[in-house]
Amino acid sequence: MRLKLKIWRQKQGSRSGQFVTYPMDDVNPDMSMLECLDVLNERLIQEGQEPVAFEHDCREGICGSCGFMINGIAHGPQPATTVCQLTMRHFKDGETLVLEPWRARAFPLIKDLVVDRRAFDRIIAAGGYVSVSTGSAPDGNAILVSKETADRAMDAAACIGCGACVAACPNASAALFTGAKITHLGVLPQGQPERDRRALAMVAQMNAEGFGGCTNIGECTAVCPKEIPLEVIAGMNHDYLRASWHERDNVVKTLRPFTEWSYGSKLQNDPTR
Amino acid sequence: MELNARIPSGPIEKKWDKARFDMKLVNPANKRRNTIIVVGSGLAGASATATLGELGYQVRCFCFQDSPRRAHSIAAQGGINAAKNYQNDGDSIYRLFYDTVKGGDFRSREANVYRLAQISVEIIDQCAAQGVPFAREYGGTLANRSFGGAQVSRTFYARGQTGQQLLLGAYQALERQVQAGTVRMFPRTEMLDLIVIDGHARGIVTRNLVTGEVDVHLGDAVILASGGYGNVFYLSTNAKGSNVTAIWRAHKRGALFANPCFTQIHPTCIPVSGEYQSKLTLMSESLRNDGRIWVPLKKGDNRPPDQIPENERDYYLERRYPSFGNLVPRDVASRNAKYVCDEGRGVGPGGLGVYLDFSDAIRRLGRKTIEDRYGNLFEMYQRITDEDPYKVPMRIYPAIHYTMGGLWVDYYLMSTIPGLFVLGEANFSDHGANRLGASALMQGLSDGYFIAPYSIGDYLASNKPQPVSESHPEVRNAVACVQQTIQKLLSINGKRTVDSFHRQLGKIVWEYCGMSRTAQGLDQAIEQIRELRDEYWENVKVVGTGSELNQELEHAGRVADFFELAELMCIDARERNESCGGHFREEYQTADGEALRDDDNYSYVAAWGYRGYGNYPELSKEPLQFEYVHPSQRSYK
Amino acid sequence: MATTVIGAHEIRPARFWASTNGKKVVMAITGAILYLFIIAHVLGNLQVFAGPEQLNGYGRFLHAAPEILWAVRGVLILCVVLHIIASVQLALRKKEARPVGYAQKDNIASSYASRTMYWSGPIILAFVIYHLLHLTAGVVQPGGKFIEGDVYHNVVAGFQVWWVSAWYIFSMILLGFHIWHGAWSMFQSVGINHPRHTPVLRKAAAILAVAITAGYISIPVSVLTGLVK
Ligand SMILES: Cc1cc2nc3c(=O)[nH]c(=O)nc-3n(C[C@H](O)[C@H](O)[C@H](O)COP(=O)(O)OP(=O)(O)OC[C@H]3O[C@@H](n4cnc5c(N)ncnc54)[C@H](O)[C@@H]3O)c2cc1C
Ligand code: HEM
Ligand code: HEM
Ligand code: SF4
Ligand code: F3S
Ligand code: FES
Repeated sequence: MRLKLKIWRQKQGSRSGQFVTYPMDDVNPDMSMLECLDVLNERLIQEGQEPVAFEHDCREGICGSCGFMINGIAHGPQPATTVCQLTMRHFKDGETLVLEPWRARAFPLIKDLVVDRRAFDRIIAAGGYVSVSTGSAPDGNAILVSKETADRAMDAAACIGCGACVAACPNASAALFTGAKITHLGVLPQGQPERDRRALAMVAQMNAEGFGGCTNIGECTAVCPKEIPLEVIAGMNHDYLRASWHERDNVVKTLRPFTEWSYGSKLQNDPTR
Repeated sequence: MELNARIPSGPIEKKWDKARFDMKLVNPANKRRNTIIVVGSGLAGASATATLGELGYQVRCFCFQDSPRRAHSIAAQGGINAAKNYQNDGDSIYRLFYDTVKGGDFRSREANVYRLAQISVEIIDQCAAQGVPFAREYGGTLANRSFGGAQVSRTFYARGQTGQQLLLGAYQALERQVQAGTVRMFPRTEMLDLIVIDGHARGIVTRNLVTGEVDVHLGDAVILASGGYGNVFYLSTNAKGSNVTAIWRAHKRGALFANPCFTQIHPTCIPVSGEYQSKLTLMSESLRNDGRIWVPLKKGDNRPPDQIPENERDYYLERRYPSFGNLVPRDVASRNAKYVCDEGRGVGPGGLGVYLDFSDAIRRLGRKTIEDRYGNLFEMYQRITDEDPYKVPMRIYPAIHYTMGGLWVDYYLMSTIPGLFVLGEANFSDHGANRLGASALMQGLSDGYFIAPYSIGDYLASNKPQPVSESHPEVRNAVACVQQTIQKLLSINGKRTVDSFHRQLGKIVWEYCGMSRTAQGLDQAIEQIRELRDEYWENVKVVGTGSELNQELEHAGRVADFFELAELMCIDARERNESCGGHFREEYQTADGEALRDDDNYSYVAAWGYRGYGNYPELSKEPLQFEYVHPSQRSYK
Repeated sequence: MATTVIGAHEIRPARFWASTNGKKVVMAITGAILYLFIIAHVLGNLQVFAGPEQLNGYGRFLHAAPEILWAVRGVLILCVVLHIIASVQLALRKKEARPVGYAQKDNIASSYASRTMYWSGPIILAFVIYHLLHLTAGVVQPGGKFIEGDVYHNVVAGFQVWWVSAWYIFSMILLGFHIWHGAWSMFQSVGINHPRHTPVLRKAAAILAVAITAGYISIPVSVLTGLVK
């Protein structure tokens, strides 16, 4: 089949970019969106042009590396599918596909379709864990977890950290991502001791990162490749409210959001310090 | 060179306790002053980083992805083994140990495997406490399933995303240490060389994949947990970024490379559909618990599966291996698939595929049950092939999946370079010539959570490394090497893309060093690989610059190392005149086509030393003793 | 690792308010109070169909105890103010959060109402202001003289002017949208969501919104059609 790819090209370091349209003549309906870009890139290299930079690794829809907008929809038209698993058979012959990177202040663009998602790591670092050091664990069956609870936790834990929720949200809010982790750990007995702390710290970091506020619009869950439900956002709000009420002394610490990549060759200026 | 595995004395079940007691300890106040470098944030790397951080060391962790959470471990589906015997079905540490040694076709180190089985139990406790949402029974206890050839249910799982959940557990523990200030994470940073000073590993040279800056990181010990090298075959189930670079550069600096030819082919992957194919997708092996594998009896019978009557189907695994049936180990299942396809009885495009049929299971257990068990896998299959496995049988074909080979390490996971520790799939590990399902996650976490943190402490306490400066000649030399390679790759500016070379290399290795191998085939392969490599260095085209995000350049460096590795794999396969596990030499098989081991001559670990490109590598042998599990012809009949 | 304590908000309520989640909670609670007012108010207004005595009586009753009346007004004013400040701040944050917009963006799941909260709100505000000047203060007197205390006359006289009715109806419809989304959104904001109950809630929210809007609209409509004169 024939397609036109209208792709956002932006040089590293430059503030602006533009769309460039590439006609594709023999697209195989069975190939994935990324394989389609591979084919394009092979051609560009042959012509001595810079290939399109896009993030990818597992190509199985699990690592969360890949992702960009296709015709205005994060990860493209297929529900519950990442671009690496999106096969071309879902598009019409002769169609033009507009490929655009995630756009959010908290996700600075690096190059072409590649953005910097370290804000997500910092949200997890703020409290997205159970503080149990190696060796201090009781027997696996010492803590019983009902199947329902385990399933709920798993539903939320399935998040792959791709950032599509932020990309699709009219507010560029990270509520679904943050809510997913707060819910995953918040419903499990293992997560109870730190439940309040976690909610306060993660929400604080999320707000510090410059994501927008959630106004319950619901685009996020619709594009989420793992179909994380809006319920997790309510879960976050619930735990945050509860924690704000319980809180006795100020426990909230946040990491300074940083977007630098250069650590300086001798690593003097460490952005994280 | 003389290889000393430093296996502790005493009865096997006491060895690890004894070892831990004999280890020297680092005084807590001093831990702060020790910097440890960890390359890799997969199960092995992340768990080691987190644990070392908890202990108070200063840790620097590196990964080439944009976040440690994306390490390839994330893709593991099926599950993780542990000798908990929660199912009361006769499992035990000893049985897991026995199964693993036997499954590895008696080419692994007994002491290591036993320790692995012992630690497996603690891993589950640790992960459950971290909040990993393992599957549960209604009563709230942990659920298990039987997996990949095991006759007991000892596999713990979290839906079809076990690796993801275990990795997120380790990743979260790691991020906790980042917050605590003991760990510094360097994403999008690739290790390109190892710095060895006075015979000890003291640091690494890295390239910042965004800015292109070449950096030096010095420390008191270096851990490599950089995963497997399956991508040497180009098409594999590994993530696109998985590479051999980290361990290969270490190999070139003196670390011995063990059993490179021991690679595992996974029987249940989605068949190739075209030239553009960039990777192969694995269908978790748990599918074999309920799916039945068959091909048509007649050659070239291309009727749709539902029109082939029962009596014209050949359930070849059930026929040839009555007691294990569809659950025979991976190498056996894969090889048999190859045979039936070579006979021309394969199905699907190109005749490279066999059916994995669930119609019986659905009839027996009902669609709902099957959906609960494999729902997400079925979806994945349908998404890729556009066929509905509930109606049409799946088509599967073997694909390269795991590499048992890797850097040689002793009992304490230290390579032949003092201070260089190798964890996870990157080391030659505990799986011998073939890995059992659900045991890689186990090994990665046991290495990272429970072994390395001890042995590193012992190393530091007994060696007391002194500070080194970045102006040391060895450091400068390493940096220069890296910069030269980068410059060279950018300057060739030939006609062919990196990918086209990689594909071609992959075809050669798959053809001659894949599911079955012959001496003369391997000789040809070595020839072809060398020619291709020479062309590579004249004719590869890498556009863009070195001072920005340049994915072509990254790939180019990795492929360059794959060439040299590929050659070593063939040399190793050529040298090993026997068949064992994943290594099947057609010259050495039993009357009924089973792998024929030669324990008298080949019961050893082949550890190769680098002697400069083009020179035949130096072979050192670590003989294997089997005091507990006595080598026998594996039989799954 | 340099961990900076967030903001200068050692005062916890301030920090709560500073967080987007906190603002949403405030909006939810104030929204809920306003919502209750809306319902009470429509019920009160519907007495217009029971004739002048009834409605005026109700009017007198409301004004009987000024201190209570002002207490209520105080609460309402506070709610509107907080509600608005929060919404304005969220709107500003939304702008900052995506400096570079999309060339093409599809909305595939969200309701029209949910995406228009940011302007249905302000229009309602504008309406309320006009409305207060019209029927409470009597500053604007579209349909002839405003008679203090004769609520019935004021309403009818006003609505007989077609554009007044039109303006009311238009605003009512927006209010309908606003509370349609608002009524379930406020539960989500305070952390109440359940896979089984929330869908029911969302339906209820829609029905209520329609009912309330219809209730309000019925008044200008029936005045225009002469049912009420
Ligand atoms: C599809 C699939 C399914 C699997 N399913 C199972 C299963 O069900 N059960 C099971 O037990 N095993 C399974 N395995 C095997 C198992 O997942 C892997 O063996 C294991 O996860 C390897 O973990 P690791 O930590 O050693 O390496 P990885 O998880 O591969 O991590 C490698 C890390 O090293 C980093 N790295 C690599 N090179 C460099 C470099 N040069 N510089 C800097 N960083 C570098 C990467 O960024 C990454 O962080 C599966 C494997 C695959 C491919
Ligand atoms: C009497 C009239 C009003 C009622 C009954 C009302 C009710 C509500 C309710 C219940 C919500 C949901 C709150 C939440 O989701 O937590 C809401 C949201 C909102 N309101 Fe109002 N409101 C009214 C007036 C206004 C005014 C005057 C403005 C603006 C100037 C406004 C702006 C908003 C905005 C922007 C939202 C969306 C924010 C969100 O959904 O989180 N509202 N309103
Ligand atoms: C057809 C629709 C409506 C009619 C006929 C109507 C009628 C009235 C009347 C007669 C009063 C004066 C009561 C008195 O002073 O005795 C009043 C007051 C008021 N109305 Fe309405 N109203 C309508 C819709 C609305 C709506 C939609 C809102 C809010 C969004 C609203 C908000 C108010 C407020 C805030 C007051 C002041 C209450 C007070 O005195 O404290 N009204 N309305
Ligand atoms: S919540 Fe969904 S969309 Fe958002 S990061 Fe996780 S997986 Fe991606
Ligand atoms: S789309 Fe945005 S507003 Fe909330 S519900 Fe989803 S984050
Ligand atoms: S590449 Fe891993 S999710 Fe798409």
